[in-house]
Amino acid sequence: MLAGIGLTLVSIWYGQNHGLMPVEASKDAELVDGLFNTMMIVGTAIFLLVEGVILICMFRFRRKPGDTTDGPPIAGNIPLEILWTAIPVVIVLVIGVYSFEVYRIEGGFDPEAANQSPVQVAMLPGTGMSDIMTAPSLNAAPHKGHHHMALGVGGTPEELQTAPDLTVTVLGLQYAWIFTYPDSGVTTGELHVPVDKDVRLIIKAQDVLHAFWLPQFRLKQDAIPGQDAELRFRPSREGEYPIVCAELCGPYHGAMGSKMYVQAPDEFDTWMQQQVASQPNSDQTVAVSDQPALGSPSEDAAYLAPFANQVGIEVDHLQQLHSMHAAL
Amino acid sequence: MDRNNKQKDSCPNASPLRDVAAQAADPTNLSKFAMTQSEVHATITPPHSPHPHKERKWQDYFTFNTDHKVIGIQYLVTSFVFFAIGGTMADVIRTELRTPASDLVSPELYNQLLTLHGTIMIFLWIIPAGAGLANFLIPLMIGARDMAFPKMNAMAFWMLPPAGILLVLSILVDAPQAGWTSYPPLSLMTGKVGEGIWIFTLLFLGTSSILGAINFFTTIMKMRVPSMDLNSMPLFCWSMVATSALILIGTPVLAGALILLAFDLLAGTAFFNPTGGGDPIVYQHMFWFYSHPAVYIMILPLFGAISEIIPVHSRKPIFGYLAIAYSSLAISFLGLIVWAHHMFTSGTPAWLRMFFMITTMVIAVPTGIKVFSWLATMWGGKIALNSPMLFAMGFVGEFVIGGISGVMVAAVPFDIHVHDTYFIVAHLHYVLFGGSVFGIYAAIYHWFPKMTGRMMNEPLGIIHFILTLIGMNLTFMPMHALGLQGMNRRIALYDPQFQPLNELCTIGSYILAVSTIPFLINAVWSWMKGQPAGDNPWNALTLEWQTSSPPEIENFETLPVLAWGPYDYGIDRFPEEAEPPLTSPELQPESSALS
Repeated sequence: MLAGIGLTLVSIWYGQNHGLMPVEASKDAELVDGLFNTMMIVGTAIFLLVEGVILICMFRFRRKPGDTTDGPPIAGNIPLEILWTAIPVVIVLVIGVYSFEVYRIEGGFDPEAANQSPVQVAMLPGTGMSDIMTAPSLNAAPHKGHHHMALGVGGTPEELQTAPDLTVTVLGLQYAWIFTYPDSGVTTGELHVPVDKDVRLIIKAQDVLHAFWLPQFRLKQDAIPGQDAELRFRPSREGEYPIVCAELCGPYHGAMGSKMYVQAPDEFDTWMQQQVASQPNSDQTVAVSDQPALGSPSEDAAYLAPFANQVGIEVDHLQQLHSMHAAL
Repeated sequence: MDRNNKQKDSCPNASPLRDVAAQAADPTNLSKFAMTQSEVHATITPPHSPHPHKERKWQDYFTFNTDHKVIGIQYLVTSFVFFAIGGTMADVIRTELRTPASDLVSPELYNQLLTLHGTIMIFLWIIPAGAGLANFLIPLMIGARDMAFPKMNAMAFWMLPPAGILLVLSILVDAPQAGWTSYPPLSLMTGKVGEGIWIFTLLFLGTSSILGAINFFTTIMKMRVPSMDLNSMPLFCWSMVATSALILIGTPVLAGALILLAFDLLAGTAFFNPTGGGDPIVYQHMFWFYSHPAVYIMILPLFGAISEIIPVHSRKPIFGYLAIAYSSLAISFLGLIVWAHHMFTSGTPAWLRMFFMITTMVIAVPTGIKVFSWLATMWGGKIALNSPMLFAMGFVGEFVIGGISGVMVAAVPFDIHVHDTYFIVAHLHYVLFGGSVFGIYAAIYHWFPKMTGRMMNEPLGIIHFILTLIGMNLTFMPMHALGLQGMNRRIALYDPQFQPLNELCTIGSYILAVSTIPFLINAVWSWMKGQPAGDNPWNALTLEWQTSSPPEIENFETLPVLAWGPYDYGIDRFPEEAEPPLTSPELQPESSALS
């Protein structure tokens, strides 16, 4: 009894004080962490129970030297077996419903992210965004016709009524992320977003599978060639956050990353104006069809260079990438 | 041998193993038979054997031999060789990851190593090791003389070495480097030779696995001694029924995926290649339709082995036989409808993510039943803390950690965060190393006396266990934190903030490497010079212990009749009381009338 209370208290304490998660930079992250903490409480309790029983068995039920007799012939206990079937059923049911709810509030059932409704066209302020940055060969893929795949986490149920404040197109290619702001035509190698705004990322892939991961936002979505995906979130904390590629995409997969800067709205506007000014041609649309879609990954630097120039990545971003590769 | 002879002299008719017809005709055997049951070293050799036994020659282990015991040991030894190769690769990987920069091997070689490590450990170590145990044990446990299809059995084994050698040698030319999952389009772009070898190897190994499964299933269903019904089979056989069903349903789908991938790779088709309008997500569905059940193919045989080992060394009946038996079938069925939980961040619709989240979580229920039943079996027992039991307890303790993190990653919102990170690496190694590998070690220590006729050395076994336990937790526990903090997997270079924990992991992996040394010394030395084991050193009740060690070529001189349940510990089996614990109801009254 006392052990049970102690076990419960330790589990509840550890489940909330494990310190294993990185900073929470959005409401969604807090929700996910709440779910994780709950699972940690239950998990710690089960862990302590099982390991405790094993240790007790090791010491208390150890065979005495010279004892060759058998233990008691207990071959089962139906009420006990029903109990330890029923308790896990209840636990997974509760965790299942909790996860479902977190996923719903995060925006997992956003029909637009699910690409199920034709609303998509109305939601996009005619920027011709889908043409930008997509190789014609990929764009020709017949995915317009069957939009029944949920790719990503969309807007929260409340946000669904409104258009996002900012839409950015994200293109993954070996081994970089390229961000395009369709409203201004700005193209960069790092992502800047204003704090407390509803941000939508349209995630595409140029060559192989990549995965766009924001650890501090607990969001991840694979970038799939020929199929657009979406992540929609509202950053709640200013700062600089890593963007990680989380799907094996070639030898330099580990070097494929970027930064996301969550900025105050006026800072963001200043940055955006600088970018617009430095773009050679602000409404430029770049086709990369002249690049082999399935190129040799070992020549990535050479592969990237002309492409990066075309899309107007600043030289220092390119330098970053090169230095990363040089470090290899 | 002396012991056997002595016993023959003192009690010439005493053998627990009886021809069925003789049994019915001569009920007096029963009471005599009861007298020897509690003898530690019961004999099965009747006094006047009509034919002298053929001896098993060592050369037989290197030939196309149809004896299931030879094949079982061939599987086990071969799989250990590949374990050593895959483990060496793991240590190269860990050495590379000791520092954030990519400084030991080139990133290309790193990806080749991680691809080969995953493929070897799954397809050439754990699955064949499970098949080896099944081959050796199933006929002995059910009282059969061999498997149902002995030649096919040998064929299944002999597909393994050429395929494995081909895969390992591919590193000299151009090894596959798209991960063991080999997702297109990357797998179509990283070198035709390596990827082609990978596909070819896996088709071979999959075929071998299917042939094995047909054999296990048929043998268990059709070749049990007549007195053994399904519900008096040892639980290992139940787990192999569940495993075989998964292999037979899942592997053909993998073969389909691989053949289509080979067409894309070699013939330029576009089943999965998006540049030609193909869909890479379809490959993921087909791949995981096999490869998630593969996890259960790797763990279920060891669930079965643990269910055998724990009662013997706890001297208690297994707790909840039926629950454990049918939970294997439940795991097998549920294992077929959870595959897309590997694709929660991929191209899967929301309803599908939710469906697979629920089915995945439900698997925790039958798995929990097993874990709690094992604990209840140990509780109140008389536990011998020897090497097999330590590894079995280690199995339960480590596997449960993988189970807990498994329920966590089933939750979609959490999995979106940790998918393809070191949290997953930690989870899968707790299941497959803490689970399967601990289970294989427990099984080796437990059945080594039966396989070789000699005991393994206990102090070396305990050192092996302690080193493995420390190394395992030091290697894989910190990976949970790494993944949660933001370290993705399959990377040759990483953010310097993760270096301290990675150094811990690397040290742990070296301890794991060292831990195999006492085991290898123990296994080789004990095989040649170990203390003779006798027929039944653990005083166990399942049929494989009622024949000689190592078993004679035909397993049993006369086919045995089941005289007790597989786990009837603590029930009167003492000669003084002369009451044989018969499970066959029709035999019970006869024997009691006699006594």
